[in-house]
Order: sequence, then structure tokens, then C-alpha cells
Amino acid sequence: MTDNGVPILQLKGVSKSFGAVQALTKVDFETREGEIMALVGDNGAGKSTLIKGISGIYKFDEGEIHFDGKPVHIHNPRDAADLGIEIVYQDLALADNLDVVANMFLGREVLQRPFRLDEASMEEAAIRTLDSLSVTTVRSVRQAVAELSGGQRQAIAVAKAVMWNSRLVILDEPTAALGVAQTRQVLDLVRRLADKGLAVVIISHNLHDIFEVADRITVLRLGQCVNVYHTSETTQQEVVHAITAGKLEHVPGMVPA
Amino acid sequence: MSETQITPSTDNSILKEAQSQSLGNYVSGYLKRLRSGDLGSLPIIFGLLVITIIFQSLNENFLTPRNFVNLIVQMAGITVIAIGVVFVLLLGEIDLSIGYVSAVAAVMVALLLRGPTGISGVGRLMERMGFEEPWSWWAAMAMALLLVALIGMVQGLIITRFQLPSFVVTLAGLLVWNGVVLILIGAGGTVIIQDQIIVNIANYFLPRELAIFGATLPVNVGWLVGAVIVIIFAAGRISRWLSRRNRGVSSTPVVIIVLQIALVTLVTGAIIYVCNLDRGVPLVGVVMLILLTFFSFLASRTRFGRYVYAIGGNMEAARRAGINVTRIRITVFMLSSVMAGMGGIVLASRLRSVDTAAGGGDLLLISIAAPVIGGTSLFGGHGRVLSALLGALVIAGVNNGMGLLGLSAGVKFVVTGLVLLSAVLVDAISRRGRTQSGIA
Repeated sequence: MTDNGVPILQLKGVSKSFGAVQALTKVDFETREGEIMALVGDNGAGKSTLIKGISGIYKFDEGEIHFDGKPVHIHNPRDAADLGIEIVYQDLALADNLDVVANMFLGREVLQRPFRLDEASMEEAAIRTLDSLSVTTVRSVRQAVAELSGGQRQAIAVAKAVMWNSRLVILDEPTAALGVAQTRQVLDLVRRLADKGLAVVIISHNLHDIFEVADRITVLRLGQCVNVYHTSETTQQEVVHAITAGKLEHVPGMVPA
Repeated sequence: MSETQITPSTDNSILKEAQSQSLGNYVSGYLKRLRSGDLGSLPIIFGLLVITIIFQSLNENFLTPRNFVNLIVQMAGITVIAIGVVFVLLLGEIDLSIGYVSAVAAVMVALLLRGPTGISGVGRLMERMGFEEPWSWWAAMAMALLLVALIGMVQGLIITRFQLPSFVVTLAGLLVWNGVVLILIGAGGTVIIQDQIIVNIANYFLPRELAIFGATLPVNVGWLVGAVIVIIFAAGRISRWLSRRNRGVSSTPVVIIVLQIALVTLVTGAIIYVCNLDRGVPLVGVVMLILLTFFSFLASRTRFGRYVYAIGGNMEAARRAGINVTRIRITVFMLSSVMAGMGGIVLASRLRSVDTAAGGGDLLLISIAAPVIGGTSLFGGHGRVLSALLGALVIAGVNNGMGLLGLSAGVKFVVTGLVLLSAVLVDAISRRGRTQSGIA
């Protein structure tokens, strides 16, 4: 993937502090259509804060958010969803006792008559979405999510996120609890999302996974953006070095004047 | 729904597989679920058979039409209360106040029907507010149900607002409403219900002739109601099958649907036939069926029901999906109280009176045991409204059978307790089977 993609989301100089703790200092970040951007950094580097700011859970103290080139304000998760930003959380947020269709439509059910759920059209749409993502390992969309493997559950969570006209999908540690084969399935799925023209952000501690799937890598360290690498032009050693000892522009912990 | 921007690929597998569900697939899928421990209603149907055989062999009066009609009337009140309990259990909560809340509704109805007499506080209040006549049956019922809905709302608000366990809040409710019942009834001890319509709820049987426009037609009303039930059931199944087939998603094989309709026709017909050998179909049985149908629809086919299951399965997931969890939980506690109130009125109607013992005894425990025996999980997220009926049938059957044998109340409690225990054991063992086969 090249730099040709159109930037969807751009953060310019965003900062966030919690009391005396400066969690993010003047961070720039961007995602492009059809591109997988990895977000890496050690614990406490500010990855989660950045994501929560984008999704509207926190509000950045300063800096600008541009979506499709226009400045936007994201005050709450609803605003983010309206822009087409969907987040797949690490702990999945699926209800085990409900089936695949019910989970994919949870909170956004389609009604047939004033009160009645339109099960048939929801099932059809769910199947279409799963098919379009080539998720074929799920035997039936009417089985409870509890019956699925970790990889299948992750696939359902991702499919749920892309079903709603989403433009940007953020995946928080999507392979953290998975075995080798299931990690493979999920990474393939992530690749297909980007191939469909969505912007994808993947947060992971596993550099091997990231080098396999990501186009670019943004490295955060102590709340600052150290560098943005093209996966094809860097090595794992270089990225590890950036994560642990990357050069910082601002003195850590000091609020920039 | 918004359109997806993803173009569907047609050569993929799930859709194709789904469309081609044959009878063979359906049956093998069912058998597979059975083997993996997902037994559905089978254990309880087996249990009902065992109960029937045991009691019939010990006392030949068990399977008589007279006793069958008695059984329907006996189980109705518990079933109605237990419907509300199902929703509370689906949330993974409990409501211990239902026993005395049901009594509050019953006492209110009885007192409002007795009117401004000055014997009770409610009567004096009616006097002071200028009522000269007793209230009509519908006004009394509406007032009583409104009052218990308010009780449910207050309990739900406390539970959600202060994040307290429903166990404790409704336990406090149990004591409070017990006291309120005693205070309301006052010195009299017993309030007789004389209103014919309220008494009829549990004491009226569908007539064998239809009086309409001044003429009397030799049409058995029981059979008429039965026909309506079968037609509604068949229409529901067929319309669902059609809509699924039109959408191209997997539909139940036609043979199965025909068999289901035939089975419902057969069972309905048998019940009505047996009832007609005695006093006829009890009105309260029809009321019970209407409530069961309505609340089954609410649980399985509406957004509200879907959200109740979702909250019971994973409250955090429900919240992140944008569901107003607090509102749903409060609504369920209101529903539980209202159903308890209705059940209380049914029980009072059967006795034609309310006394200081109303809502006490084993009513609370039986009302919670019924859905659990019927297969609803105590841990939330799993169960059906129908479990209220199945469980109540088992409990009422055991009680009725032992009554016929002249056994003491002590023996009844011991046996009912063992039935509850075995139901929970069957559920636990089958769940372990599901966990082992990956279907936790």
C-alpha cells in the first residue's frame, strides 16, 4: 500500500492530561482509506487514550480532529458512530446467550411492524455481511455466540462493526487471546476490511502480527508520537527500538508551554 | 437498516447452506443438539409423564375430567405470577416481593369493591374522598394494578439507582408489603368478594351454548375458542415460514410445520374435550393462555424482549450497544409486580375472599420454583415464558395428586422440594454436557 489513499481521519497535535499526568502530548495521527495503520507502544504509551479520544469516550484537551478533511468534534460515542467510526473492543462486547444475528444487530434491530422484530431480513443481512468478509467458518448464524471459538467470535465482532456504513474500524488487540490458526483467520479478515476500502487501525503488542498485516506503523512512547514507519521500509528491531527508546520531542511529564 | 457498502458475493457458503435446509438436516441438527446436552423441554415433558403415571396408578381419580379441570384452576394463579418471574430471572435478578405484592393487589380490589364502609382504612379514605358507592370491578382492578406497578417501579428505581442487589431490595419489599397487607385488611381479618365478574375470573366455565343477539345457538364456546387458538397458531407459523422463505434464509421444513400445527390441534382438542366432559373449559384457563401468548411474543419477537435477554447475558455488551439498561431493568421489575398483582386477583377470585394469610405460605417460593423447574436459568439470559406454565403444571400436578392421596402438607413440601432439586440437577448436568461439547 502506498501513500495514495485518501486520509479519512487526521489528528493534529492532540493532547490529553489526567490531572498531573500528561497522557498524550501533541500527537499527530492519520488513517487512510484502504490502509491498515498499526498503533504500537509500551504499556502507558497512550494508545488507549488516543483511541478513547477518537471514539468520543474522552475529550482531547487540545488539538484538532479532521474527518474527510473537515474539522469535526466528537463529544460522545454516538458522534463517532455517526461519522462511521466503529471500535471492536478487546473483550468483544458480545452477549454469549444470543445468537450471531441478534448480536450483530444488538441495539439496532430492524422492525417489521411497529413492535415485531424482522428476523428474516436481519438474518439475511447478517449472512450477506459475513459472506462478503468471507467468514465461512461459522456453521449457522442462528447458533449462540457461546458456541463459537475465539477466532469466530472476533470475526463476528468485526463483522458487526463493518455492517453499519463504517469508514474507520479500530481493533483493540484483536489477536490477544487467540491460537495460531485463529490469529491467521482474524488477520486475513483485517486485510479484507482494508481491501474493501475501509480505514483500519489495529492496536497490538504482537509485532509479528503487525508486520504481517499493517501498511504503516505509528509508534507512541510516553504519550508522544515517536515516528510513523512504512512496514515495507523498516524492521522489527527498528520498531522495538522506537517503542523502548525512541526520541522524544518534549520532555516527558512536562506540559508543553 | 442502512445499506451496507459491501457488495454481496453469491458463491459463498453460508447463504447456500441456509437455503437448503432439508428435513434430514433439521432432524439431524435436532439430534445433535440433544446429544450435546441441549435437552429443551424434553426433561419436563418426561417428568410430567412420570407424575401422571405414578399418581394415576395410586389413585384412579387423578386422570378424571373433574380433576383435570380442577388442576387448570389450581395452577392458573401461580402461572400468571410466574410469567413475571421469568422476565426477572432472564435479567439474572430475583424478585422476592411478588408474594405479598400479589396480596396487595388482591386486598385493594376486595376493599375497593366493598366500598366506603369505614371498617378499613381504604373504606374510610373512600368515604372521605366522597365516594358513595363501591367501585366497579374494572376500576378496582385498574387501581390495584396501577398501585402494584408503582411498587415495582419504586423497587426497580432503588435497585438501579443505588446499584443494590435485587435480592436485598425485594427482601425488604417482602416485609414491607406483608405489613401493608395486614394494615389494609385491618381488624376484620377477611374481606369477602361479592362482585360477580371478579368471582367469575376463576369460577366461570365456557358455556355449551352461545347466546348471541337474543338467540341461543347450540355452539359450544369451548370449541369456538379452541378453533381460534389453532387458527392463530397456524397463521403465525405459516406467516413466519413465508417471510423467511421469501428472504431466502433457512426455514423450518414444511413437514415439521405441518406436524407442529397438527400437534397443537390435537392437544387443544383433547384439552377442550376433556374439559367438556366435566364443567367445561375454565375461563381462567383462557386468560392464562392469552397472557402466555402475549408475553411469549414480547420476550421472543420484540426489541424489549431481545434487550432483556441481552442484559441477562452480558450487561456491559448491552450498554455498549446503546441499550438503555436502566430503563429495561426498571420496566421488568414493574412487569413482575403487575403480573404478581394479576395472579393475586386470580387467587382471590378462586377463594372469593382475601384474608390476612394472602400472599403468604409457599406462594412466593412456588412462583419462583415454577419457571426454574420449567427450565429457566437462575443466572440470567436463558429461558422461555412457557417455562412458567410447564413448571406450574408440575407443581400443581404434584400438589393435586398428593391431595387426592390424602398426604399431609409436610409430605407435599418434601416432594415439591425434591422435584425442584431434580429439575435444577438435570439443568446443571445437561449444561456440563454442553460445556464439554463446546456449547457452554
